[in-house]
Amino acid sequence: MIHHYLGSIEPWFQLTAALLLAWALMFYPMLSIWTNERYRKWPMHRYIFWFAGVIAAGASLVGPLADKAHTSFSAHMTGHLLLGMLAPLLLLHGKPLTLVMRGLPTTSARRLSRLLNSRFIAVASHPASTALLNFGGLFILYRTDLFVLMHQSTGVYALVHIHILLAGYMFTWSILYTDLTAHRHSFRLRAAVLIMALASHKVLAKSLYAMPPAGITTSDGEMGALIMYYGGDVIDLALIILFCYSWYKATAPGRIVRAI
Amino acid sequence: MASKEQAITDETAHTLQKRNFWSGILFGIGSMAFVDEVIFHQLLQWHHFYDLATPQIGIFADGLLNSFAWFAAIGGLFMFADLRRRQAVRMRYWIASALMGAGAFQLFDGIIDHKVFRTHQVRYQVELWPYDLSWNLFGAALLIAGLFLAKSAKERRSA
Repeated sequence: MIHHYLGSIEPWFQLTAALLLAWALMFYPMLSIWTNERYRKWPMHRYIFWFAGVIAAGASLVGPLADKAHTSFSAHMTGHLLLGMLAPLLLLHGKPLTLVMRGLPTTSARRLSRLLNSRFIAVASHPASTALLNFGGLFILYRTDLFVLMHQSTGVYALVHIHILLAGYMFTWSILYTDLTAHRHSFRLRAAVLIMALASHKVLAKSLYAMPPAGITTSDGEMGALIMYYGGDVIDLALIILFCYSWYKATAPGRIVRAI
Repeated sequence: MASKEQAITDETAHTLQKRNFWSGILFGIGSMAFVDEVIFHQLLQWHHFYDLATPQIGIFADGLLNSFAWFAAIGGLFMFADLRRRQAVRMRYWIASALMGAGAFQLFDGIIDHKVFRTHQVRYQVELWPYDLSWNLFGAALLIAGLFLAKSAKERRSA
């Protein structure tokens, strides 16, 4: 495979990413153990979710897969499934915002809560906005020159990867509400957004199958698109099951139904 | 007072009857889409992931249909679980609804997807019409079986 247009990603990216990941691995247990003195014991499974999420994100950002992603579209797509879909799902179940709220002193916690209740967050965290941010971002990445640009400049590369992780996280959060959620919407609305979003993911995968980004060979492009389509299906399955289970719990008979 | 309570019970019964119907329909749609994916796409490999002749609207319709079907299969089962914990499952009626959902989906796939949107065909490099015909006849058979079973389930209850 010849990628004549590719510059190399400068080492500062992997170094910074590794530092941030190590930071996430360290501070999470520090904060939870520290807050255990005052609150109910932070459950073990949340540590496991958080660590697994950091590892999934880490696998796509540093190390052999990240190096390979630079020349192979299939490796790139595997990395994006890990970073944009699996890592957000796992990290969210670590409930980081709940943990931060536990750890903050009262005044700062109030300030944070006021920010979360603000109109800006209401608009930004609406399922339709997060879906647009997440899947619109993917269309821009793969259907414009951004994909080539990303492999030429380490700065753009870093921004794209931060966006994929954050947008994936916001989207998963706005559908599942696993962590603290200020602005809530009906199951029906979220189901509709989820279906539309998953459909657009499939449409994009097929469009990549037919026409991979510039500089990608046909077989590599087809393989990458299949990974995106079927790999996406597996994580969609988990998302849908968790979403339906939250409905099942919320509508239990005898339970005073929370309006949304 | 008694009549008011009766009215409430009737309304609940009606809601639960409707939920049996929708749970069955959704599960039928979802499981048929799943069977289609496993048998025709993966095992027989008659259907193609993308035959490169599909128009944009076909790709979009197929993506929407597939993601809806995934959701329908799982959502239908969770609704069934909800009916069970309310002890409101009407098994015959539910199976009838599932058959109707499966048949309707098969017909929709055979007529709208394959013929109108031309997403993909049943099989390639063969005489197509016997495949199309049996595809749609099978769908219609499921749908009709579902309708008959639903009718008998209703008669059994009122008898």
